Amino acid sequence: MPNYELIQQDGLETSLLEVSMGPHHPSTHGVFRMDVKLDGETVVDLKPVFGYLHRNHEKLAEAMSYLASMPFTDRLDYFNSMTNNWAYALAAEQLIEIEIPERAEYLRVIMSELTRLVNHVSLVGFFVNDLGALGTPLLYAFREREKILDLFEQASGARMMCNYFRFGGLRCDVPEGWLDRTREVVDRFPKFLDEYEKLLCENEIILSRTQGVGNLSKELAINAGITGPMLRASGVNYDIRKVDNYGIYDRFKFRVPYSKGKVGDCYDRFMVRMLEMRESIEILKQALDGIEAGPIMGNAGKVFKPAKAEAYGRVEAPKGELGFYLVADGTTQPYRYRVRPPSFINLTVLQDMCIGQQVADAVIILGSIDIVLGEVDR
Amino acid sequence: MSEAIPHESVLQRFPEVEWDEEFGTLIVPATKATEVAIWLRDDDSFRLDYCSNVTGIDYLDREFKEKVKNEEGKTETIIHKDPARMEVVYHLYSMEKRTGPLVMKQRTTREKPEAQSLTPVWRSCELQEREIYDLFGINFTGHPDQRRILMWDEFVGHPMRKDYVEPFDYEWEPTPHDEILEKHQKGKVIF
Amino acid sequence: MSLLGGGIFKGMAVTLRNFVGSYFDKERLTTKEYAWRTDDKLPERAGDYPKEEAEQLSDTTTVTHYSRNFPMLLHDEGEPMDTVRCVACQICERECPPQCIYIEKSKDKMERGGNKAQFYPATFDIDVSVCMSCQICVEVCPFDAIVMNSQFELSTPDRFGGLLLRRDDLLKSNDYYHKIHPEEAAARDKRIADEKAAKEAKKKAAEEAKKKAAEAKAKAEAEAKAKEEAESAEKPAEAPAPTHTDAKKEDNGE
Repeated sequence: MPNYELIQQDGLETSLLEVSMGPHHPSTHGVFRMDVKLDGETVVDLKPVFGYLHRNHEKLAEAMSYLASMPFTDRLDYFNSMTNNWAYALAAEQLIEIEIPERAEYLRVIMSELTRLVNHVSLVGFFVNDLGALGTPLLYAFREREKILDLFEQASGARMMCNYFRFGGLRCDVPEGWLDRTREVVDRFPKFLDEYEKLLCENEIILSRTQGVGNLSKELAINAGITGPMLRASGVNYDIRKVDNYGIYDRFKFRVPYSKGKVGDCYDRFMVRMLEMRESIEILKQALDGIEAGPIMGNAGKVFKPAKAEAYGRVEAPKGELGFYLVADGTTQPYRYRVRPPSFINLTVLQDMCIGQQVADAVIILGSIDIVLGEVDR
Repeated sequence: MSEAIPHESVLQRFPEVEWDEEFGTLIVPATKATEVAIWLRDDDSFRLDYCSNVTGIDYLDREFKEKVKNEEGKTETIIHKDPARMEVVYHLYSMEKRTGPLVMKQRTTREKPEAQSLTPVWRSCELQEREIYDLFGINFTGHPDQRRILMWDEFVGHPMRKDYVEPFDYEWEPTPHDEILEKHQKGKVIF
Repeated sequence: MSLLGGGIFKGMAVTLRNFVGSYFDKERLTTKEYAWRTDDKLPERAGDYPKEEAEQLSDTTTVTHYSRNFPMLLHDEGEPMDTVRCVACQICERECPPQCIYIEKSKDKMERGGNKAQFYPATFDIDVSVCMSCQICVEVCPFDAIVMNSQFELSTPDRFGGLLLRRDDLLKSNDYYHKIHPEEAAARDKRIADEKAAKEAKKKAAEEAKKKAAEAKAKAEAEAKAKEEAESAEKPAEAPAPTHTDAKKEDNGE
């Protein structure tokens, strides 16, 4: 950046303008700050600044038993507590051999795909909110989200802080009639998606604001460890559900949407999420057909006390790869507990995507990354 | 699960690299890290183009007691010593081959923790190594922008270290059970 | 894109359909009303809080039977403190992730429901300004003494004292639990009854085994005596003690 040449106009003296966007800027999705250097309206340099919500979740978890940090994982990415739970349970289950019952596996898939619907539908709402479409699409999204959150509340007792997964299964079985209600919601969802697509996907304003904005090349995306819909929007066919086949994902037929245009702009990221919801519905339908009655908890002992070992469990969370790295030392507390948050690492390329764009586009680019500050700051 | 990656060729190519049987990780000396990392990324048999997770671990001097039955059938207590050290752990995957993970560790001392930054090799290390510098105090040579990331710039100490002691100067939210509340009631506020 | 602005008009049509549809179809409403008060009347002043317990009960049951808010202590039928299930073992205090429970064990022991005398909580406080409703305490409790309440009308003008629920505020009867979480409470009661029955059966079996062992021992002794009398230097037949210890072990494991 030191060699940057300012745009010169006859007889006018110009200089760079430093703007601190945030931490209480409404478009930053939480307490997040961007130190932007501007030449007129063009972004010349951008540094993300965060840590305002830092509470050292990892240190807290190292001071308590394995189970006790499960409710804290809900609060990392508070939109997707179910997938957070799953990633942590997956890592812990590698430390101790536990057989997970069939019904629990099915319910885990159902819960995490519902979570994906919740996240993507509201992310798209927030994204167009950043574009200036205040309210309407977001409210439609929240209306549908609330139906799924009601299902979560019926199953786990809480809308967002579900705390539903346990090492070796689930905390409790779903109540009677829950599966029918879920099927109803899932069956009605495509109709809403049709409408949502009609509302947004052909809108000329959205097209002109998002196409060609915030390009991310395939090579940089892989090298910078970008994961999730953002990676697939850059043209990489990599989905951990397909690669790792964790849980019982190998039993379901679904496609992984990814962009073939190799541009990786904001529109691609938006469309990949829209398409992913359709696939989630496919998985949900298959899972709801396949689920049978049975136990929901494996034979995990009362006290979770693994031997000396290391484990890294990762799942395809709606925002990307969510990983938990645990180092056990033979006590009831983890010696090292590490969260690999997807939105934190996806922020690495914010600077690269924003340089050369307009300042209003920086807001959209940040929106298309899909960050949740509870997870970024931990 | 994607398949595990054979590690033998790394050991052949770089004799300094060790293999930790217990945890199944490569131990790379901090001076060689960049070289090994570039080779792992570019070599056709590995193509580890995706560095997923980077984190630090702080080990204090510890002893593990293990009860083992010896040949005569008597139980003996063997004491394993775990030396104090710091480690930087990298979880490497290949997006091209869909394999992984291969776990690589850089080992360094607690007194003068220093490691080579792998940010030039994998951009994904950038923020994560900054976080390790912030929370563990490991110095990364060659990092383009090494600053505190989660804590504020004026903060003293590295909170994720095992021997970190919390300073008693925070604004506590008084709760009915803390001695703080008692002091509150007496009119001594410790803010 | 055939017509410039066509996409926008399509979107407008969707908005219009949603607007008109919201008068006919409840699914299209963007907000949802929870029938959280039977008379559909919102509180008018801050003075409307706190309400009578009966009114609160009708609030808590209308959300869903599975919602949870803060923990409560269960007691069986009778005077709350005479039948409290908690034995002040302090497992929940230790396991609570945000450390919001504070227990002090009683000095004396108390007998409840025909079981042997146990301690009871002299102090049992939950700081609900810290509690995060995670339900870990419910899961770790070996005595089914703590369960989740769904009462959410807890606003108070007293920031410190009012948000600290004392033991007597927390004590709720099993009937109340049945009212707010009917399915969960029934399942829990069934499990307790099953466990109790299994324990009784085991105890009975153990007693029988003991009896049998005693009989066998007596028999063996008698035989040995007879043998001895029949001037034999052989060892007396081994008493079937293993059965006895086995049974006892199982009993302890319960």
